[in-house]
Amino acid sequence: MKKTILIWLALGLASFVLLPWHMTDDGLFDPRWITDGVAATGLFGTLAGQWWLAPAGLALVVATILQLTIPEPVKRARLTLGTAGAGLFFMAVQGLIIVRAGPRVFEGVLTGDGIMAGQAGMGAGAGICAIALLFAATISLSQSGKGQGDAFVVSTIGLIIALVGIFVFFPVIHILVRAFEVEGGYSLTQFFPRFFSSDIWGLGCLIGPRSCGVAINSLFLGVMTGLGTTVLGLAFALIFTRTDFRAKKVLRVLTVLPIITPPFVIGLALILLFGRAGTVTEFFADLFGWEQTRWLYGFWGVYFAQLLSFTPIAFLVLIGVVQGVSPSMEEASQTLDADRWQTFRYVSLPLMRPGLANAFLLGFIESIADFGNPLVLGSGYSVLSTEIFFAIVGAVADPAKAAILAIALLSLTMSAFIAQRLWLGKKSYATITGKADSGQNAGLNPVLKGLCYAIALPWAALTLIVYSMIIFGSFVKLWGYNHSFTFDHYIRAFGIDFENRRLTGVAWDSYFTTLTISSIAAPLTAIVGLSTAYLLVRQKFVGKDAFEFSTMLSFAIPGTVIGVSYIMAFNFPPIELTGTSIILIIVFVFRNMPVGVRGGIAAMSQLDKSLDEASITLGANSFTTVRRVILPLMGPAILAALTYSFVRAITSVSAVIFLVSAKHNMATAFIVGRVENGEFGLAIAYSAVLIVTMLAAILLMQLLVGTRRLRRTDRVQQTAKAA
Amino acid sequence: MKDTQTGSVRFEGVVKKYGDVTALKKLDLAIEPGKLVTLLGPSGCGKTTTLRLIAGLEMATEGKIFIGGEDVTHLTATYRKVSMVFQSYALFPHMTVRENVAYGLTVKSVPRAEANAKAEDGLELVGLAGFGDRLPSELSGGQQQRVAVARAIVLEPEVLLLDEPLSNLDAKLRRHVREEIRQIQQRLGLTAVYVTHDQEEAMAVSDNIIVMNNAEIAQIGTPADLYEAPNSAFIADFIGDANLVACDIEKVADGAATAVLDGQRYTVPSSDIANRSAQMVLRPHALNLGASGLPGLKGEVTYAAYLGKEIQYTVQTDVGSLFIISPVQAEPFQQGDAVSVGIVADHARIVAA
Repeated sequence: MKKTILIWLALGLASFVLLPWHMTDDGLFDPRWITDGVAATGLFGTLAGQWWLAPAGLALVVATILQLTIPEPVKRARLTLGTAGAGLFFMAVQGLIIVRAGPRVFEGVLTGDGIMAGQAGMGAGAGICAIALLFAATISLSQSGKGQGDAFVVSTIGLIIALVGIFVFFPVIHILVRAFEVEGGYSLTQFFPRFFSSDIWGLGCLIGPRSCGVAINSLFLGVMTGLGTTVLGLAFALIFTRTDFRAKKVLRVLTVLPIITPPFVIGLALILLFGRAGTVTEFFADLFGWEQTRWLYGFWGVYFAQLLSFTPIAFLVLIGVVQGVSPSMEEASQTLDADRWQTFRYVSLPLMRPGLANAFLLGFIESIADFGNPLVLGSGYSVLSTEIFFAIVGAVADPAKAAILAIALLSLTMSAFIAQRLWLGKKSYATITGKADSGQNAGLNPVLKGLCYAIALPWAALTLIVYSMIIFGSFVKLWGYNHSFTFDHYIRAFGIDFENRRLTGVAWDSYFTTLTISSIAAPLTAIVGLSTAYLLVRQKFVGKDAFEFSTMLSFAIPGTVIGVSYIMAFNFPPIELTGTSIILIIVFVFRNMPVGVRGGIAAMSQLDKSLDEASITLGANSFTTVRRVILPLMGPAILAALTYSFVRAITSVSAVIFLVSAKHNMATAFIVGRVENGEFGLAIAYSAVLIVTMLAAILLMQLLVGTRRLRRTDRVQQTAKAA
Repeated sequence: MKDTQTGSVRFEGVVKKYGDVTALKKLDLAIEPGKLVTLLGPSGCGKTTTLRLIAGLEMATEGKIFIGGEDVTHLTATYRKVSMVFQSYALFPHMTVRENVAYGLTVKSVPRAEANAKAEDGLELVGLAGFGDRLPSELSGGQQQRVAVARAIVLEPEVLLLDEPLSNLDAKLRRHVREEIRQIQQRLGLTAVYVTHDQEEAMAVSDNIIVMNNAEIAQIGTPADLYEAPNSAFIADFIGDANLVACDIEKVADGAATAVLDGQRYTVPSSDIANRSAQMVLRPHALNLGASGLPGLKGEVTYAAYLGKEIQYTVQTDVGSLFIISPVQAEPFQQGDAVSVGIVADHARIVAA
């Protein structure tokens, strides 16, 4: 362990002396920073008057001396822990106080010319120093207690806490602070009237012609969508699990659709069908002489699009719930002379209740966090997620208003999230056990079955039509006016000039950026998510509940809020990331992390804990155990996490739209731009290409998973022959 | 000092708590090198916790643990020279049998060739030579368990821990595998700690048995000690079948107690039971059933079961219901017959009430 700490400290010292402490204008790999005459590294910066950089280097030196001179392990560990901790603390404080621009804490504490001039954001040198100090601290922590802790586990916990702290909590705190900001300072008294203003919480629409506040709009939409998706999802789930419906495989397709559909695509397809110039609208207009209206652009349009978008998610959740009702309970009910309706009404349905509530809350959170559909369709019905966007990018940029709206949105999603955790966490009637439960689920009674078919089948048909629109719409010249077949949109977006070997399509840039960034983010997401899952399932440590809660928290933070908080937090030193591709990667990693965590927890729970224990009693440490036992057995879960985070990174729009830059544009942001310009054909063609790309990724993953076996049956036959 | 030798295990005042739940009250125990000691007890008695404390998979809340005379209280499992055979075998499904057995060696950076050679030796020891290239899923349950044993012993641990190693095997295989484990342990002179809740299994394999109950040790002894000289009603009942009947003690002298039961005096071999009221332990085999009128307790047969090699009776007497096993007679008693139950005082024992 002493050796490991020394290696980290040496690395930290080397970067303190050799690497540029701050971000350099030309990037780390451009050697200009060495020769431009500015004292760049931590050491030379300190000597050149930036004395506030000294504590980090000093902590590294002192920790190294402590490691080399103190023989007693526990004392050595404790002193090193204190030193490294102090070093980190001073690094953070100087980073927050001495800034070139942006918010500055403790303004009166340090003054002076050098300090007021500020410094750039932290760069490679600072980053590696911080990591070195962090690991020196965590490894020491693992050695300083009574029991000899596991350095790998403690370090992983420390790293994840640090990352979640910096990239989830730090930005959210920025939003909270900004919401209290008024001209020339901060004010608590100003906050409340602004937060509770009728623009946000007004109920005018209930009593008169005035419109309601945006938060009320969001809330209403969320409740409606939650209810609607739950009912539709339940109908699908019942058909899927409790009837002999023939086309179940087609229903399965529904479960994949939401994963691969960019969020605004449904809205686009709806415009093609029901918009003012939509097919259906024109058909009825011709038939009955109705006026072609813009009814779609408002509550009903958004609601309709959200039902289409989120019903598959409810279906996915409710399949598990419906299957989780043990057949033996239904059989018990039937042997007690209940008929099929009574069995469903008094046994199955109550058992599903927590699952239904869960599906509702999920639909609610998805709905109010949804950005794509309201952006495309909600012009007459403003909701929080889009209002936040317009407060940032609109004609009058008002970050304080955005912050207040973000808090309103956050408080809604958080309440739902906390309700889900506290209330449903304790009330699960899951009846799936390790024991094989034979027996058959009771069939549905005829009326209920008819009802399910009546609800679900037209809906499924509509979904299919909407999706075929996406393909069809991309091949016509101008929807609603000129329906002649064309490849124009694809050529404009993805044209290739073979003679000059140039990609002439307008979409190539953002397409490649998207693929690159998603491919970098996916493995990082998988690593962070799965290591968190490992800690949660396999390790015991103090504060585990809080740790779990904070890692799942980013699930409840809507993308719009994340996006706003990132530009507020990372536009200035100490961590200056806006406009880079790094910020896009980071936002994907921490937004999709809960998915990786959940997948990892599910997969890890299926691995017998005694496998780990066997490895450990055989003399392997945690790291070796993870590398040689857990990882190889988690293959499918890793692939699933990889694919899922890859795909989610491609379809994400809400957070991304704040963070893209001219240099690093993403596909979804590009498409939204085209939609705003009215170029529907191009937007839909691009969406279709994205969907095909993601389908390919998913199929590829399933092929890879399919080939994995733990039995080599061929070998058994060979051995049998040999014997 | 015996317990400084390789392979000894010593607990000094070890306490284990999970939050408010005490899994182990102040435990002191010493296990001699080269012995197979069983931790026996009903579920939840703390036997598995004790085993996991030895392994280092759990850390003691209080007290000290020594292995081979060395204080290992704060060492985690990785750094203790013990290895463990798990109830679920815990063979790594993605590795071949040889890779499984060599695993412990390879993580200690033993060269691969040497590790494989040792693994081959280990497999030969458990009678699975030539199975090295198979995957665990291609072996039967008994074979998998032997691989698990081989994997544990190739590391030459100071102590071999076995956590209910036979509970996933069927009854016939169980006897076979437990004999093998016992033979390997004796041949290699290993110290082994064996957890089971099956008292027959414990008696069949052990040098010593530590019976645990309610998070503490109830009695330690050889199988014969526990059966023949139980120190409590719990042990008497848990080790073999026993009828426990309340009795009065008149006097204790020369290692024998004079007990009064249903007006009759019996001189029963006993240690120093001072209490006036006590319980007499009557083993089902040591009760003679006879026709009514013979000396003994008067009773009536309430249940009779013919099992081929023996007949089991339940007889209602004035001192309570007695469970009696008797050899098959020409004319067995029927339900409702009046009988007398003869007590062989030499085979009876006295425990505190």
